[in-house]
Amino acid sequence: MLDKLIAGPPSRRQYIAYGLMVGVLLVLPLFLSDFRLALVGKYLAFAVAAVGLDLLWGYAGVLSLGHAVFFSLGAYSMAMHMKLQSEALPDFMVWSGLEQLPWFWEPFRHFAFALPMAVVIPAVFAIIIGYPTFRSGIRGVYFSILTQAMALAMSILFIGQQPYTGGTNGMTNFQSLAGISLYKSGMRLGLYLATVVTLVGVVALALWLVKTRTGTVLMAIRDGENRLRFLGYNPVRYKLATFALSAGIAGLAGALFVPQVGIISPSSMSILPSVEMAIWVAVGGRGTIVGAAAGAVVVNWAKTVFSESLPEAWLYVFGGLFIGVVLLFPRGLAGIADQLRALWRTLPGRPAHAPQPQQRAPEPARSPAADGSRNHASLALPVVEPVAATAERES
Amino acid sequence: MYYDILYAEGVTVDFDGFRALDQVNLIVRKGELRFLIGPNGAGKTTLLDVICGKVKPIEGRVQFANEIDLLAHDQHAIARLGISRKFQAPSVFDSLTVHQNMALAAEVPSGFLAAAFHREGGAARRRIDEVLDMVGLAGRRGEVAGALAHGEKQWLELSMAIVQDPELLLVDEPVAGMTAGERERTGAILEAIARERSVVVVEHDMQFVSRFSSTVTVLHAGRVICEGDFATIKQDPTVIDVYLGREPGDGNEPGDGNAA
Amino acid sequence: MRGLRSRCLTNLPTWSDMSLTTTAMQIFNSLSISSVLLMVALGLSITFGIMRVINFAHGEFVMIGAYVTFLTDRLLYDALGGGTWFLVALLAAFVVTAAIGYLTERSLIRFLYGRPFESILATWGLSLVLQQLARNIFGASNVEVRTPAWLQGGLALADGIQLPANRLFIIAVAVLCVWGTYLFLNRTGAGRSMRAVMQNRSMAGAMGINTAAVDARTFALGSGLAGVAGCVVSLLGSVGPATGQNWIIDSFMVVVLGGVGSIAGAVAGAVLIGAASPLFEFITTSSMGKVIIFALIVVFLQFRPAGFLVQRTRALEGQH
Repeated sequence: MLDKLIAGPPSRRQYIAYGLMVGVLLVLPLFLSDFRLALVGKYLAFAVAAVGLDLLWGYAGVLSLGHAVFFSLGAYSMAMHMKLQSEALPDFMVWSGLEQLPWFWEPFRHFAFALPMAVVIPAVFAIIIGYPTFRSGIRGVYFSILTQAMALAMSILFIGQQPYTGGTNGMTNFQSLAGISLYKSGMRLGLYLATVVTLVGVVALALWLVKTRTGTVLMAIRDGENRLRFLGYNPVRYKLATFALSAGIAGLAGALFVPQVGIISPSSMSILPSVEMAIWVAVGGRGTIVGAAAGAVVVNWAKTVFSESLPEAWLYVFGGLFIGVVLLFPRGLAGIADQLRALWRTLPGRPAHAPQPQQRAPEPARSPAADGSRNHASLALPVVEPVAATAERES
Repeated sequence: MYYDILYAEGVTVDFDGFRALDQVNLIVRKGELRFLIGPNGAGKTTLLDVICGKVKPIEGRVQFANEIDLLAHDQHAIARLGISRKFQAPSVFDSLTVHQNMALAAEVPSGFLAAAFHREGGAARRRIDEVLDMVGLAGRRGEVAGALAHGEKQWLELSMAIVQDPELLLVDEPVAGMTAGERERTGAILEAIARERSVVVVEHDMQFVSRFSSTVTVLHAGRVICEGDFATIKQDPTVIDVYLGREPGDGNEPGDGNAA
Repeated sequence: MRGLRSRCLTNLPTWSDMSLTTTAMQIFNSLSISSVLLMVALGLSITFGIMRVINFAHGEFVMIGAYVTFLTDRLLYDALGGGTWFLVALLAAFVVTAAIGYLTERSLIRFLYGRPFESILATWGLSLVLQQLARNIFGASNVEVRTPAWLQGGLALADGIQLPANRLFIIAVAVLCVWGTYLFLNRTGAGRSMRAVMQNRSMAGAMGINTAAVDARTFALGSGLAGVAGCVVSLLGSVGPATGQNWIIDSFMVVVLGGVGSIAGAVAGAVLIGAASPLFEFITTSSMGKVIIFALIVVFLQFRPAGFLVQRTRALEGQH
């Protein structure tokens, strides 16, 4: 059922399933300590970012390996606000010999400024990076490599600007947010619920968007950007808008992350966390929105479990996950159920020797869909691989 | 009111020292069906590339509908002016359905947000139905384009160009790789299109070209060497020498098939 | 460059103590950095050119080469006096990393052909595993490789200008690697089939070239070059599990600048990036320098989106 739950277009049955998932998230606080709740809140903040990245990678076929930068820009915006809540001049500024608050820090005092900036700054930064790169026709892995270099450059910049960013240690030691103490009872729950609501909102926005003409255009960009140009579309504008939207969502996720986790530092914006984000989406299933969100939760939950129980072997597990997902489950969680079912049918002695299921097994979603015009997500996946392959081979 | 839909003069294209086009003139009248023929490397596809903005010439001018300077426009802007193109190798969006492919072509929203709030109009749907009926793909609108056969993809791409209702349609080797029956059908479709619009067709298949009574322009080594109706160019000694003399009518010359 | 500065280039004077005499030294030092970048980038460029696979574990092949050198030092330093052990190490680094590269290609990379995004993720995972493996085998802290006697000291040019022998050696090794790769690609049958596959895989296959064997050989060659780079990197500083990470991103920038599959482009890109890093770090600060270089690369790509070497193609999709 998992594939139906995740890969397909939302049917009534799926809306019920989504509703159940949200229900579980809402009752979870009843069973978890504040510490565990903040942990789940962190996973859900990551899930928000994963949805944004899936719009960009799963639909438009643009893989950003610098998304942790956008996530962190949002987190820093919120961290600056929280710093100014309890300290007239943040501690690291004092240590660096700064005597006056820098002018650009001043407006972050106000929550009403910091929150929108957590979305606007990453989005604007994405446009600044994206416009010249998309315009000059840089795409595919070239774009991925460039964004990765951007992540490296930005993390080094943040480390170097100690008086303004807190340097290597980043920002921590937060007391309150928007005038409310972080240690007040109910505040943790409030932050958690805000994250759940944001996740639901972002997923709904993404599911709606991919069903509109915009979603069709994005998938067409993935299939053949140049062809689309000759139909009268300007792919640069669509990619830029999607990149900015995706970055804004990542920033929002960062803003939800930092009050629950309590620290943000340049190590959160470098290459490794950026690649991890892509892994969440790959594990969940590219181009499935809900799958991407689930992937973020599952991977990070596994990370917590394994790094607590097997700190030594954790990197083997994690590295193995990267490799295993790509080799064995190219369609991620969303595809595993399909693959299992296909395997089950081909087992000897099963009634599956009947020709019909065998025909469908290798590429289930490629068969003509009864309701093709609505069936974006499930149609998108099986075709991704061959298309991407030919596009890259032709250079 | 204008008479020439396309006016290209002195077009010269240089690929790192290689003259792909050298002082080429091409005038296409409104409602005309024009064939471009010539051996491989003659510059036929490059000429189409110049018209639709994919390649910028180093010299010359290209005007559309008497007044619009095409060289000043980007590819997507040229498409919006009313110039559509069908590429040599079928290039449709494989992971989208036939209908989605057609819908993308039929109505082009101005940007990301406009597309998000776009609703497919009844008129567009009717036009899509009409064109799909004409090419015989009406029954397959729900299928993924990647699952279509080669010839069907070609027709889908042609349909996408037609549904855009362009003033000028550029078609690159429409029958390459098609069976005899598919060629017949494609010929009929082209004739139907040419009744209402100006069409420029690049073609290798001389038998296919000879079926149409229209003007043929012969390119060789980046230059126009002859222009006239098929009967005339068939007699032209230069054309016979550089082109027709060598095995005419082979529509599948391998070296030319490297487009995506 | 932070990683480089703190870990590898401890003996590299900064531009801030620059005087006229040290200017020459600086150019010379950045040339040796360029040389390492070049050797790393060459392998990346060839494998991407042929297989359309991005190998993010390439940096770990540098690390393996460095650890092979370390092991050779420990095993043969006393047995082979006079520093000949280092030449053995150079050869061993090439052979061992090439062999590991070959195994990697057969067991992992060949499933990723034409899937560049997936190849990024899978090879990234491989790089994590290899780093952890190094940590478990050699410990988390860095190890030192002794510099052979004949690479200590330097070549005195004028008063106060002495070119360090180890850096001269690195430049020489890089020149040899580039020259060897060029000869291999252009003069040998195996090299010619590599270029054939690079230009048109299906056509090469149809002509009877065993493309799978070519792929494995290419990957082994690229990995071996990274191993050689790792060997000479051990002359510049200590060796650790993260040694490869210090070079990989800059090497990718070299490939992006130079254009895929172009030796000449890789040379130009490596020289530019190797020289630009200390220059911009001197003009601004070390953290701003990296940002400026990134910005300049983006600006450069506005004019040459495919790098120095632009190939025109009639293909509709896939400009890169």
